Amino acid sequence: MKYLSEYRNLEATKLILDEIHKITTREWNIMEICGGQTHSLVKNGILELLPEKVRMIHGPGCPVCVTPLSLIDKAIELLEQGVIVCSFGDMIRVPGSKKSLLEAKALGGDLRILYSPIEAVSIAKENPDKEVVFFAVGFETTAPANALSVLHAEKEGIKNYSILASHVLVPPAMEAILDDKFCTIDAFLAAGHVCAIMGIQEYYPLVEKYKIPIVVTGFEPLDLVQGIYKAVKQLEEGKHLLENQYARIVKEHGNKSAIEVIQKVFEIGNREWRGIGEIPNSGYVVKQAYKNYDAEFKFKIKHIKVPENQQCIAGEILIGIKKPNECSEFGKTCKPANPLGAPMVSSEGACAAYYHFSTNLID
Amino acid sequence: MNIENLGFETINLGHGSGGELTRDLLDKIIFKTFSNPYLDQKHDGSIVKFEGEIAISTDSFVITPIFFKGGNIGELAIHGTVNDVAMCGAIPKYLSLAFIIEEGLKVSEFIKVVQSIKKAADESGVLIITGDTKVVERGKGDKIFINTTGFGEMHPKASISVHNIKEGDKILVNGFIAQHGMAIMSEREGLEFESTIESDSTNLNFLVKDLLDKFGEKIKLFRDPTRGGLGTVLHEIAGDISKGIALKEADIPLEKQVAAACEMLGLDPMYVANEGVFLVVVDSDISEEVLSLMKNHQKGTNAAIVGEITNDHPNKVVMESLIGGKRIVSPLVGEQLPRIC
Repeated sequence: MKYLSEYRNLEATKLILDEIHKITTREWNIMEICGGQTHSLVKNGILELLPEKVRMIHGPGCPVCVTPLSLIDKAIELLEQGVIVCSFGDMIRVPGSKKSLLEAKALGGDLRILYSPIEAVSIAKENPDKEVVFFAVGFETTAPANALSVLHAEKEGIKNYSILASHVLVPPAMEAILDDKFCTIDAFLAAGHVCAIMGIQEYYPLVEKYKIPIVVTGFEPLDLVQGIYKAVKQLEEGKHLLENQYARIVKEHGNKSAIEVIQKVFEIGNREWRGIGEIPNSGYVVKQAYKNYDAEFKFKIKHIKVPENQQCIAGEILIGIKKPNECSEFGKTCKPANPLGAPMVSSEGACAAYYHFSTNLID
Repeated sequence: MNIENLGFETINLGHGSGGELTRDLLDKIIFKTFSNPYLDQKHDGSIVKFEGEIAISTDSFVITPIFFKGGNIGELAIHGTVNDVAMCGAIPKYLSLAFIIEEGLKVSEFIKVVQSIKKAADESGVLIITGDTKVVERGKGDKIFINTTGFGEMHPKASISVHNIKEGDKILVNGFIAQHGMAIMSEREGLEFESTIESDSTNLNFLVKDLLDKFGEKIKLFRDPTRGGLGTVLHEIAGDISKGIALKEADIPLEKQVAAACEMLGLDPMYVANEGVFLVVVDSDISEEVLSLMKNHQKGTNAAIVGEITNDHPNKVVMESLIGGKRIVSPLVGEQLPRIC
């Protein structure tokens, strides 16, 4: 409970905000990687409390948003084939090329909304005559639990369980953003929970190669202003270091057992990102040894490929070139009840954060 | 009530046929439980007398699971409609009660629901005066659905209308928000977590009556934020009056365990359902007195002033966060859903 009060403390946050105002002399663009951080920034009204010169750019760290349209269509195809599809709640309202998972459920698909993939294994056990697929979306954060569900099914001898995996990795996405010719980012707030799993080692080479400050940051208001302060301070002093603001959770080498579980089931491969395209070595794919638990291998869905919606500028939003309210469709044709793309419906999507919380939209 | 004497343990299609089995179910359970001069006539309907204007409200209850911590679908069906009638500024008097039962429901469960309805109706001071029972095939319902319609006499001093609201008016709530939704969430299949959070399902008509007795037309509006939560209702009010609403997050009454559960599941308590919460908009010069009356009433011990009506940002609800920043409170779009991480 103390994290709910201590890290939302008005005086402590104000002290740091005052410091940021004091030390800022130039314009800086800082990207927060994670959609959870974006939501916290907007929901707590932090953006307007920062100096005008400190501009936060919202990053690609929303697993739902970066999941390509084709993958949603694949999950819907499975539902229509009579498979029990289990998913985190965030995914179900995201539009596919023709409909969303929620609409497919309304038409008779057996869709279950879960908090943990382990529950999906239990569903498979209880329904031996049905196939059960978990829609395994996420960054490094959810990979251990998804991998564990496969190991769990294997151990229990459950053969009617598989995962539709769409795991993506943060560091390759950061490189892709930095390599983009329109990139204006001066510093990063790295995603605290991803680092809690993976550790911070893989960020040292990025700091060196791109001469850019990276601060591993948490999600509470106090975490965020502290992370921003550390980034601005480095920028003002001309430094580029890797710092860990979220040390109460994030250890240098991460969570060893979680990494072992990931490495047992997954290997690194190319991944398609919604609106960004394919990034080499940017995701996890199921290893050959566990192919029978890979829904793409088990069912005939590999051929499903659909183009992204041209009206949606999710790609530009996700790499920070445009802000949600700079999209001509924002709040007009694109609303949470009738979204053009995932960032408007995902609980970590930047467009949803702006639509639901941002005071920018007050006339 | 002794179930063995009923001669049946589960409810089947025959109990909805209108024939002897239906009469059996009605006589042995419904009429026996709710006996009153109106119902005892066993006519197609009831004839009642009202003085002056009446308030009518109807609601259907389709909750899963039907039994949960702090209540069940039966008392919910009474409290929900009693409160809706009360929110109009009326004194609830009579209720209709209609069941749609899925065949296979255990009679013991049905009796538990009926007894709970009886208790809630007695406590709320309302009579069940007409009703209906239908049975549908297995798979075409979800154990039991209940519809109630409530009738109430308008309080002579009530002048409830959004059009009476003006800049500077204060908004109060009678207690902790988000209790009901989180109690249900903690027992839903696939989401179970251990907690002692109980539904806040209760009647609000007596507190509403006390407020109207004392403050009359200075009470501008009552609303009970059930589905959609406090955030959605406030947004609706702002839109209805084309004015803004300013809130402070620190003032919203939120019990610690509920706050922690919302945090864990990634849900915003402003959009979580309530069943024993209402908000009241009053003239600013009586807000402290209203607060004091509410705090001294059993149904309002955790009451608080949470915000005020403003001419700034018309149609928008703006909340100051704990750290002094600002956010808008937009309406809930669909159901709040479990997040990925």
